[in-house]
Amino acid sequence: MCDTCGCNLTPGNQHLAYKPVARGATAVSVLKGLLQKNDDQASHNREHFDRRGILAINLMSSPGSGKTALLEATLVALKDEFTCAVIEGDLETENDAERIRAKGVQAHQIVTGTACHLDAHLVHDALHHMTLDGVDLLFIENVGNLVCPASFDLGQHLNVTLLSVTEGDDKPAKYPVMFRAADAMLVTKTDLLAVLDDFDPDKAEAHLRKLANPAPVMRLSARKDLGMDAWLAWLREQLAAQRARVAVGQSRRPAIQPDGQKFHSATA
Amino acid sequence: MHELAVAQALVEQVDAVIDQHHATRATLIRVRIGPLAGVVPELLATAFPLAAAGRRMEHAELDCVAAPVTVRCRTCGAETEAAMNRLLCGACGDWHTQVISGDELLLESVELETAPSLTPES
Repeated sequence: MCDTCGCNLTPGNQHLAYKPVARGATAVSVLKGLLQKNDDQASHNREHFDRRGILAINLMSSPGSGKTALLEATLVALKDEFTCAVIEGDLETENDAERIRAKGVQAHQIVTGTACHLDAHLVHDALHHMTLDGVDLLFIENVGNLVCPASFDLGQHLNVTLLSVTEGDDKPAKYPVMFRAADAMLVTKTDLLAVLDDFDPDKAEAHLRKLANPAPVMRLSARKDLGMDAWLAWLREQLAAQRARVAVGQSRRPAIQPDGQKFHSATA
Repeated sequence: MHELAVAQALVEQVDAVIDQHHATRATLIRVRIGPLAGVVPELLATAFPLAAAGRRMEHAELDCVAAPVTVRCRTCGAETEAAMNRLLCGACGDWHTQVISGDELLLESVELETAPSLTPES
């Protein structure tokens, strides 16, 4: 897709391209994603990962839904199998990166200051502070926020969205942009279900389906080691799929129905 | 919050378009935003003047065109409008649908003013 040859014009959008304008002015059709610069950087990041056969996973959720706890348990469980690395995004503190390092895993903390999301440039800068050689799995823990992170591609291959049972089971209906972007949804802290009578995991899953999202839903508790096997098996499967893609020179962008892109002119 | 980041990206893109067409300034910027893009047009309109201050599109009108959410059913093939948190087929009710409009975040067109003596033909 480019600006010069008109290949970004499709039957679906060409009616937008040519419109009469007032005399003395020039109308220019652009039809370019507003976040093109971010998306270009994201593609560049993805190339870095693909070249090294790394699977990059973006973890998103509200603050406090257990992203770091999930990572701690996951890193310990996989430590003899794969080399992992973590990028942590928070408004302030190195706390999360320190928690990860305590597990013997390389971690880089991005402190965003006041920014509510990570973007592809922040992740790229972080990559320059890390040793990627030999890494199999890179987890990017996004800023805890169910709104903004969904709009920024970081170069990851997969989005994993967490929903803890202490939140409402209608969160996917309330934050459709975020949950539509999920390649997998994890219902976390399920050990607390016994004392919570207002969270129904089936309802949460039904709300996800109403977003036309076929992503697997896994129920787990990282602290109590419940349901972790399905999650770890999914990670192994996804890493194998990434290696198979890399072997034939292909890559993958996070879900959001990639073939839907053909039907309109958003960035490819 | 992130609308300011989007506004800054928009300003950079319009700047590039102005350069590319040897124009002096932009007078109208039309963006197309679907509800599933996660950007609120009203907030973008508020953020835009901040991002555009002192730039060549400072006085441009920002026209946010709202894109409807439309889905195509993989099961029955119907194309229907949908609510952003209920992307079901309006004809058969199936959830196996594809969003064909409603998640775009697009700089659609820009109207430019060119200095008369320097206007290149394009």
